[in-house]
Amino acid sequence: MNTLFFLIPIALILGAIWLAIFMWTLKSGQYDDLDGAAWRALNDEERPLPPPDKDEKK
Amino acid sequence: MAVCCPAPGADVPVVPLTGDEARHWITRAGPGRSRIEFIVPEANCVACIGGIEPSLNAVPGVVSARVNLTAQRVAVVWRDGEAEPQDFMQTLADLGYTARPFDPRENGILSEQEEGKALLRALAVAGFAACNIMLLSVSVWSGAEGATRDLFHWISALIALPTVIYAGRPFFTSAMAALRHGRVNMDVPISLGVLLATVMSLYETLHHAEHAFFDAAVTLLFFLLAGRTLDHMMRARARSAISNLTLLMPQVATIIENGMARIVPAAALKKDMTLLVAVGERLAADGVVAEGVSELDRSVVTGESVPEVARPGTEVQSGTMNLSAPLTVRITATGEDTFIAELMRLMAVAEQSQSRYVQLADRLARHYAPTVHTMAGITLLGWLLYSHNWHTALMNAIAVLIITCPCALGLAVPAVQVVATGLLFRRGVMVKDGAVLEKLSQVDTVVFDKTGTLTLGHPVLLDAASVPPELLALAAGLAQHSRHPLSKAVVRAASAAAVTPAAVSDVREIPGSGLEAMVGGETVRLGHRLWCGLAEAPDAASMEFALTRQGRLLHLFAFEDELRPEAAATIRKLTASGLKVMLLSGDRPAAVTRLAKLLGIEDYHARQTPEEKLSRVSALQAEGRKVLMVGDGINDAPALAAGFTSMAPATASDIGRTAADTVFLGHSLLAVADARALAARAQRTVKQNFILALLYNALAVPIAVMGFVTPLIAAVAMSTSSILVVANALLLGWRAPLSSALPAAEPPAGRKPEDSAIMTLPAPPQAAE
Repeated sequence: MNTLFFLIPIALILGAIWLAIFMWTLKSGQYDDLDGAAWRALNDEERPLPPPDKDEKK
Repeated sequence: MAVCCPAPGADVPVVPLTGDEARHWITRAGPGRSRIEFIVPEANCVACIGGIEPSLNAVPGVVSARVNLTAQRVAVVWRDGEAEPQDFMQTLADLGYTARPFDPRENGILSEQEEGKALLRALAVAGFAACNIMLLSVSVWSGAEGATRDLFHWISALIALPTVIYAGRPFFTSAMAALRHGRVNMDVPISLGVLLATVMSLYETLHHAEHAFFDAAVTLLFFLLAGRTLDHMMRARARSAISNLTLLMPQVATIIENGMARIVPAAALKKDMTLLVAVGERLAADGVVAEGVSELDRSVVTGESVPEVARPGTEVQSGTMNLSAPLTVRITATGEDTFIAELMRLMAVAEQSQSRYVQLADRLARHYAPTVHTMAGITLLGWLLYSHNWHTALMNAIAVLIITCPCALGLAVPAVQVVATGLLFRRGVMVKDGAVLEKLSQVDTVVFDKTGTLTLGHPVLLDAASVPPELLALAAGLAQHSRHPLSKAVVRAASAAAVTPAAVSDVREIPGSGLEAMVGGETVRLGHRLWCGLAEAPDAASMEFALTRQGRLLHLFAFEDELRPEAAATIRKLTASGLKVMLLSGDRPAAVTRLAKLLGIEDYHARQTPEEKLSRVSALQAEGRKVLMVGDGINDAPALAAGFTSMAPATASDIGRTAADTVFLGHSLLAVADARALAARAQRTVKQNFILALLYNALAVPIAVMGFVTPLIAAVAMSTSSILVVANALLLGWRAPLSSALPAAEPPAGRKPEDSAIMTLPAPPQAAE
């Protein structure tokens, strides 16, 4: 029974962290160009990639 | 890797984009930073990223430039005052890319993106909640009791309540909207089921009861949101692809003022201004020719395939392309008064007269919701009479509503539509809306336009193989000095036959007549037979050029509007599946008759005005027929809007493409037959899914009515039925290989710089290149 008091909050917190990270990736436009992202992974130039374009949010 | 990057240094025109005109496209991107997006249709491979991004980043003042391959757009952020949007367009043009500034507000793409993100957020929240609640529920089902069970129920409630409120909104708002209009759609029983499950579970939790349905409510939302998000992504992708096809250049025109030529935006044109129309340019307004003799390609406007001669006094319409010599035109109408504006009004009327189409799922919901509610009512009464216990009766009635909450029904349609539109998208057919598939499957009449739809809208030389090579070389020598479509056809035929054009000197083009040149001291003419000194042709419909030397006929070149590949096969397929096929063309009777005979179309009408096309389509609809209108021109737009559903090739005029429900890329007309066949198959799968879902209900409802439903049974039953319908939908992709190979990754940009005038043009012929 006592273990529950640790395990349940841990499960919830881990879930919440995942949710927060997902929301951040969504907001920073990481799902805007899935095709491009797939190709960029194969880019073997040494040039650093430009920072992701920060969304249309004013 | 797809070959798509244009050759650097290609002749790409750049339109000025500075000052106030540019403001419209620019957004703020932090202090002192501005941002603009360009649509770059040719940017569709990884090499394009490598080509565009470094070049733009090298422009002084640029903070970041990023290519979006999915949307074929480039976003540039720069420091204010250090660069102008003009510079970016120039950089792109130097690389060989045509670009136009992108306005996210256009076509509602911005609001659509926001909607998509809202759905994804709701989906993520529902997913998070579903995982955690299921974890707790499994513990309860495995035998947690007393205080532990209550604790688990309370934690579930704490997660479920905000989730239902947040993630359920798409369904609640849609259900409310339907109810307010006195209608019932699938979202009404969904909302009711989710809300009742939550409220009842809360009540049970408060009373330390055994069963809580939080997991059912949240899992349901998760499944349905997944379907809805996928559906939205598919639609957004098709729409964005279609809007990327629209015209590349801001509309500008050259006017003559006080003897000086000046470039002005098309919107600024006024009546009585004098317009200078260069060769290869499209007219931006209606008017009367003041000076010059030329030939005009009116195919987009009227469907006429043969160019017409324009002389001073000839009335010309906007959208017409000038072919052979510069013209000055006095503007007689602009904006509201033009031919195009008139057609837009016709379109609006045609759209209004369309009755609202109710999707199959919503028609089913009309019967489904009352049936389910009656069943719940009977359960309530039955249990009340049997047990005289309000609580038991109410619980069982609500259990009926929860178990019948149409999770599978809600997924039955979207799952299939996502798979089917995805298949079509890969095939180059872009469907604007899921309901279009349903409509396509019901079509019983197909009406085709001729020029640009059944044909590719540009002439080809007939019997090119039978022309003696030396004559073809001579003709090509003259023809390469002209932009006339028939001349271009001669040049293409020569290069296809690997014939080098002969050297000629002193070439003169006489608009409306032909070309004249000197070869070895003799006059050679290529052009109309009358001008070349021959008798009037017996059949005015055929397109031909005579080639003469010192007045002596060497050869008669006959041309024909090139048929779209697989046009005949498409018509055969459609007729074979029992559809009535009809041809409505604005072209002259002889040309239409010949084509109809060739393709085996029995019902054809020539010389149709846009109004006549519209009224014929409307008449068919009034007879109860469901018409699929396939057309491309400006003159087809009202008929496209009036049809039960409509298709246009990607090379269609902007207004035609906007009016159509579906747009297909590539040259092959088989896209029409394929889309219809797949739509029919998709509709069959939808019906199977409905049957599966109803079977599930037939099994589950008796259990619920008898009061045996526990949260475990509800969870298993609902998931199973949802997974079944989704699996059945995925099978569609498996079972449905399309009849023709897809036209590879043929880019939507089949365009050449010369086409970048006011309307897009038929793509260049593939064969000759």
